Amino acid sequence: MTSPPFRYARATSVDNAIAKGICNGSAFIAGGTDLLQLWKAGVTAPAEVVDISRLPLSEIDCSNDTLTIGALARLSSVAAHRDVAMHHPLIADTILASASGQIRNMATVGGNLLQRTRCVYFRGQDVPCNKRQPGSGCGARDGVSRQAALFGTSAACVATNASDLAVVLIALDAEINIQGGAGARRVCLSELYRLPGDTPAQDTTLVAGDLITGVIVRNVARFAGRMTYLKVRDRASFEFAVVSVAAALHIENGVIVESRLVAGGIAPLPWRLTQSETMLLGKVPSDAVFVAAGDLAIQGAQPLSENGFKIELLRNSVFRALQTIGGAS
Amino acid sequence: MAKHHVQTTINGDPIEFLCDTEETLLDVLRNQLNMTGTKEGCSTGDCGACSVTVDNRLVCSCLMLGVEANGKKIGTIEGLASGDKLHPLQQKFLEHAALQCGVCTPGFLVASKALLEKNSNPTETEVRYWLAGNLCRCTGYDKIVRAVMDAAHEIRSA
Repeated sequence: MTSPPFRYARATSVDNAIAKGICNGSAFIAGGTDLLQLWKAGVTAPAEVVDISRLPLSEIDCSNDTLTIGALARLSSVAAHRDVAMHHPLIADTILASASGQIRNMATVGGNLLQRTRCVYFRGQDVPCNKRQPGSGCGARDGVSRQAALFGTSAACVATNASDLAVVLIALDAEINIQGGAGARRVCLSELYRLPGDTPAQDTTLVAGDLITGVIVRNVARFAGRMTYLKVRDRASFEFAVVSVAAALHIENGVIVESRLVAGGIAPLPWRLTQSETMLLGKVPSDAVFVAAGDLAIQGAQPLSENGFKIELLRNSVFRALQTIGGAS
Repeated sequence: MAKHHVQTTINGDPIEFLCDTEETLLDVLRNQLNMTGTKEGCSTGDCGACSVTVDNRLVCSCLMLGVEANGKKIGTIEGLASGDKLHPLQQKFLEHAALQCGVCTPGFLVASKALLEKNSNPTETEVRYWLAGNLCRCTGYDKIVRAVMDAAHEIRSA
């Protein structure tokens, strides 16, 4: 065994977890599917692993168009939950398009939202990565860049966020509950993530001790029947997205009155396609309008040597996703 | 560092062990309990060779700490056969020659058993997607899928 040892503590309550989590060098473990990979790869070396998996934060509740998912709910439990499958099929389908059966049985919702990038330089050893080792440089920028982001990058980092669920939840304006040393707060999920800038080691806006306790999705009935998640990947199953698009439309009297478009695989965080969303408002759904949305989605893309193919893929994925949900109902 | 005392049930038997914090459940099964049927493949959760069940959920034992298993019910490949009598899945894997080198086979069997306990009559597509978390470099999967379908049929007919 070459990976460094760590202490283990089982959290007895949320407050106890937070108190332990604030300590320097501690890491929460729930599903463990990302943390143990990172630990084995030498990417992370926690001094203490705080086991939060037995805290009572795995309830799933769905009532009055409000879905509440405990952060410790396993992905497979969410996808299989009757009310989720019935009232939020987009969430169930998206989860089932992620990872493998084994991993979905282990991985938790909170951990999925906090999973770290799959950039091979980040996960590798003896290669530069500013996210893993600040100041060492970005290997991907001038190296193997097929995975890399098109938007939101910095000189220091071009890594993408790998979560499918986050893309869909942000399209649905999901919020998260956080408890930490400063108390409890609720924020939009989109506020969890941050762009790399000069400090790519920090993925999120969380501070030490912060614990995501749950996810809330409200008031999505207006999108019913007009939501989809299109995931383009190198193989049909157990693979991360090369490009993905979550799309939702609210159509009244044949006119688009509200739209959501969020892309995955192309940015350091789920990437809201605001220009495309805005353009769609007031339009009568048509292929021409959806093509225009795809064209707007790729504006400002900054490809590297190997990821330029994602531009056309993104444009076409936006079109296809909108075409899937924008037809006559 | 002090070892952790862990109490579990493995294949129906109460089993206690002492483990270091950084030992995975896979390490404990193979190195301490001499249950070497569970294999180590990638050790990163990609190949499924280490598949076991924990409280009836199929998981990768390489991504779970041994200490996390405290109070849990573990199911391993050693629990499939009853004495000398093979589980129908094992028998069908033999009949269909659904293995060559055999390293992935325990994981496939444990995963397939977990599938059939949830869904006794899976379609071929359902079998293939369910087994997406298990990699085989020898068979090309067709024989495995046929063996699982055949075993499912036999179990339903029994």
